Amino acid sequence: MLVYLLKRIAIGLATLLVASAVVFSVLEIIPGDPALLMLGMNAEPDTLAALREQMGLNQPVFLRYLDWVSGLAVGDFGTSYTYSSPVLELIGERVMVSLPLALISLFLSTVIALPVGIFAAARRGKPADTITMGAAQVGVAIPNFWFALLLIYLFAVWLRLVPAGGFPGWDAGIWAGLKALILPAIALALPQAAILARVTRSAMLEVLGEDYIRTARAKGMPRRIVLWHHALRNALIPVLTILGLQFAFLLAGTIIIENVFYLPGLGRLVFQAITQRDLIVVEGVVMLLVATVIIVNILVDIGYAIVDPRLRTRR
Amino acid sequence: MSQDASMPPAPPQNHFLQMALANRSFMIGLFITLIITGMALLSFVWTPYDITHLVVSDRMQGLSWAHPLGTDHLGRDILSMIMIGARNSIAVAIVAVGIGMGVGVPLGCWAAARGGVVDEVLMRFNDLVFAFPALLSAIMITAIFGPGAINAIIAIGIFNVPVFARVARAGALSIWPREFILAARAAGKNRVLITIEHILPNIVALLLVQGTIQFALGILAEAGLSYLGLGTQPPMPSWGRMLFEAQTRMMIAPHLAIFPGLAIVITVLGLNLLGDGLRDLLDPRLRRER
Repeated sequence: MLVYLLKRIAIGLATLLVASAVVFSVLEIIPGDPALLMLGMNAEPDTLAALREQMGLNQPVFLRYLDWVSGLAVGDFGTSYTYSSPVLELIGERVMVSLPLALISLFLSTVIALPVGIFAAARRGKPADTITMGAAQVGVAIPNFWFALLLIYLFAVWLRLVPAGGFPGWDAGIWAGLKALILPAIALALPQAAILARVTRSAMLEVLGEDYIRTARAKGMPRRIVLWHHALRNALIPVLTILGLQFAFLLAGTIIIENVFYLPGLGRLVFQAITQRDLIVVEGVVMLLVATVIIVNILVDIGYAIVDPRLRTRR
Repeated sequence: MSQDASMPPAPPQNHFLQMALANRSFMIGLFITLIITGMALLSFVWTPYDITHLVVSDRMQGLSWAHPLGTDHLGRDILSMIMIGARNSIAVAIVAVGIGMGVGVPLGCWAAARGGVVDEVLMRFNDLVFAFPALLSAIMITAIFGPGAINAIIAIGIFNVPVFARVARAGALSIWPREFILAARAAGKNRVLITIEHILPNIVALLLVQGTIQFALGILAEAGLSYLGLGTQPPMPSWGRMLFEAQTRMMIAPHLAIFPGLAIVITVLGLNLLGDGLRDLLDPRLRRER
């Protein structure tokens, strides 16, 4: 298992390196001079040249790439062209919105989906199963930003329970911050919960057909314990896989939702940076997200080993 | 004694049709998909109103006999806009699936046929694309190369490639060890010919099912990009764009936000049901427990 893990980490680092080359070269080929962008169209040629020199834009592409990657490795993400502050600082501020948002929605989606999926599997073929899975089928089809609009209309415009958008900052108190994040989190969580419930149900059904479940029932184990202890644990592998995918999706998927609710998170940062050609910010955020996806995948693998001891001796 | 006598009778020709008619998901999904497609096709020749014709005096009307789904802030008929929007969504999603299949399936089949280094390199490359959050990258592509339907198609299409490559490879790998492939190889057929004549027909069901799923995801992705202003550009109506324009006017006219969203949900629901149904019908081995 340890060897396997080390191998996974090595592959992950390699992927990250290739990804950095891809990101850098894609953003290299697009038109637009960052120095000109910073100074504006009426910049003096001398000033422009000086700034280009200072930003290192006159160096060959390869050297600039090396410079950027070695910076990333030690946590120096460069300086934003438009904000004139370190990219890492910008990311740090925005993560304080996006990460709680992603975690809350992941939590909501899990606490809704697991019981619903297990419930449906336990009542397979009965009306309760048909109804919940029909609802899940509809949930999968709902675009999260449309659901967000409906939530805003219902809870912010009509019932006036929560703000329709914006974020007061965590300085305004945890409660005020959570209040601003709850609608976006629900909007993100619902379609994810629908997918997760379907996966949970089919994973449970697969397990419930196994011999050891029948054995457990035959020796008089109560149905509830068999369901929650024996079956769920064995059904967790596909569920974990989807959860891992969903966390990565939630971090990136917040782009649209953060735009709907005007939340100052990572998604909005990268969206604005793209439109303002603030490439160094875009590069930094994309690399961070790719790294997150890779790390989460490795964590999911470790999760497999925790859930299923048989996998611990693998390779 | 002939062996044939004890064998079960061959299934009748209309066996598939009977199964299809009995499959609830498939029938509902097919029905919805046909309605939406029909609506999109109809919009080429007829819509209730001309949406390029702005009637400002009729703006933001609620539901009425004249405008069943109301009008928007420029007095355009919502039903007409949804019909034309269907055309856009379907076109973007179909071409994006086409790109994914056109590039991904040959790559996946190649990886399965060659194995070894080719397979390893292609699959690591696949993993690399998967590591990029698809939506973020699509936003990057459309923002960098300019917003518009064409770039949206490319952005969505690129992320379909590894999906189809993976499905095609997995399907092909399960066919290659079979005896009839061995027979074909013994007959001197090369890998390309075997792939075209024997592998592809056997994985077509898998690809079709994945195709409907990616189609539905494509519609969602297009709506998201258009909502951000990066997909289909005005004055061409699109469902995502309609939702964006509805957001600021929701307090006075909630219907503006409801119907384009419902159109998306119904279309995606229809396609997902169709995909589920197809999976049950085409490949009994993949049949989900019901």
